Amino acid sequence: MKRTAFSLAVLLALVAAPAHAQFADRVDEIFAQSTGWFVNLIFATLPTSGLIGVDLPWIVGWLVIGATVFTIYFGFIQVRAFGHALQLVRGKYSDPRDAGEVSHFQALATALSGTVGLGNIAGVAVAVSIGGAGATFWMILAGLLGMASKFTECTLGVKYRNEYPDGTVSGGPMYYLKKGFAERGLPLGGFMAIMFSIFCVLGALGGGNMFQANQAASQVQSVLGIPTWITGLVLATIVFVVIVGGIKSIARVTEKVVPFMGVGYVLVGLAILAINYDMILWAFGEILRGAFTDSGIVGGFIGAIIQGFRRAAFSNEAGIGSAAIAHSAVRTKEPITEGFVSLLEPFIDTVVICTMTALVIIITGQLLQDAETGRYILDEGGRIATAAGTGAGVPLTSAAFGSAFGWAPYALSLAVFLFAFSTMITWSYYGMKSWTYMFGEGRNREMTFKIIFCVFVFIGAVSSLDAVIDFSDAALFAMAIVNIIGLYFLMPIVKKELESYLARLKSGEIKAYK
Amino acid sequence: MTRKIVVAFDGSEAGRRAVDHAAAQATQGPARLIVAHVLEWSPYSFLTPEELEERHKRREEELERAREAVVAPVLTDLAARGIEAESEIRYGHVAETLVEIATERQADGIVVGRTGATGITARLFGSVMLTLAQIAPVPLTIVP
Repeated sequence: MKRTAFSLAVLLALVAAPAHAQFADRVDEIFAQSTGWFVNLIFATLPTSGLIGVDLPWIVGWLVIGATVFTIYFGFIQVRAFGHALQLVRGKYSDPRDAGEVSHFQALATALSGTVGLGNIAGVAVAVSIGGAGATFWMILAGLLGMASKFTECTLGVKYRNEYPDGTVSGGPMYYLKKGFAERGLPLGGFMAIMFSIFCVLGALGGGNMFQANQAASQVQSVLGIPTWITGLVLATIVFVVIVGGIKSIARVTEKVVPFMGVGYVLVGLAILAINYDMILWAFGEILRGAFTDSGIVGGFIGAIIQGFRRAAFSNEAGIGSAAIAHSAVRTKEPITEGFVSLLEPFIDTVVICTMTALVIIITGQLLQDAETGRYILDEGGRIATAAGTGAGVPLTSAAFGSAFGWAPYALSLAVFLFAFSTMITWSYYGMKSWTYMFGEGRNREMTFKIIFCVFVFIGAVSSLDAVIDFSDAALFAMAIVNIIGLYFLMPIVKKELESYLARLKSGEIKAYK
Repeated sequence: MTRKIVVAFDGSEAGRRAVDHAAAQATQGPARLIVAHVLEWSPYSFLTPEELEERHKRREEELERAREAVVAPVLTDLAARGIEAESEIRYGHVAETLVEIATERQADGIVVGRTGATGITARLFGSVMLTLAQIAPVPLTIVP
């Protein structure tokens, strides 16, 4: 009863919020004042303009260097283990006696529903509208390298998870930082685990929540004309019902629909490519030309590199550590197998889905070029002028799909809404695991976080809180700082697991069941 | 030689009829019943993160319930009637798992009860019986 009353009060507070405009500005102001230094620190640029023409944001370099180190350290594991990863997902090595437990496929699908989201639709549009077609090349490369980061973090996630007597499990970077560091006799593991948890909670509220709600609400508004506060209220209510009310059926329906939407998205993209088949070679030519030469964008091809890498990292979350939380629930005796499976994630997310978005935007001629020089035409903001005159983000992708199929923007609105919703559900879980890691488990503590989460859905949808969104982006990347430091120290453990597993696989000790 | 018969039991009325039929057959000669209970499960279904976390715990609970509430009463009943019987509880696709059990145990037959689903339900969800009829490696008895 008390719970119902409380829930009602929260909902009422949400409804009363149309005094929000003022409130939102105020929140924005407070955030800008108190967190500006943090955002500036995370997105600080290195003074490299004298050397390469533009200043490089150091955090992008951090992620790429991490991914490259893991790629080399594990001997191009993303290539070597790709086939084996597919066999694992198909259940070839799953013990039939474990039927009914979490399968590799299920852990992968759930983790994917957290990463396939707005980054694939909005983020890619931002990347190519600033970085041109060439950004696509670097985005794909970042996706391929990121597979090694995912492999490392998800192996550790399973290896150092907590298994409780009642059969439930908890895992993720906070556990491997603490237990892994202790095992290797390294200091500060507990401190880093707490830092990671703080950033994860903030990232969950920001990138995993407000950013999603904001983009979904503005897409619904621009296509269907529904005010953002209605979408915000609907989203907040559904999220509330699912995570607080425990109405699993809605979540289950979404989890079932989202993969089909993802496949549908790629198929529609392929259809558009097929219609414009004569342009495909040209599009790849543009991608390669923009990747290595100055195609007229700000910062030349270095600008393309930054955009491609940044958006890929934001989309597939490799190195950020979030996916390790979802992957750690799998039932397996070999932690490394979950690492193999997880390396498919950046591949599906970035190399397949993001690339599809980029190709559709390029092939449908959304990015305006000077007919004589072939250089991009820039608007005052330094972005590439678009055919439909829309802003970057979802509207650009929507215009690109809409130029081929009139109905596509409506389908895309639905997809954006569902992708945003499923990402929020998954991130609410990541945030909650970090929250309970810090404050301990228990109904009331979990409830506090869940209610805060729902309130932020609404705030995110109704406002254009630049400072808040900047801060949440920064928190997401801050997770990567802590996580990748941890991965550097713990990667020898992964290597040992890898060598032992591969040896046993070769000797036939690990055998296929099918 | 002792005949081995796999009898599918899902706790329903139809399953009950299957057990009775198999029990009647078992009295006609040396026979051993394997009471098979299959929990419908696909490794390709989609779960929420919370369901992933609790899956192992839920599975234990489901198995416990299947053992105690569904299968145990049948075993007790068969034992009382002097029929040799054991149980097999597994997760999986119902028809395929029954075939698996029959193959592994080198059974001489499979007995199932007909649920009597007709029309749209049967068309939409297919029928365990029809699939079994297609793939059963040993003679299949369908009890109406």
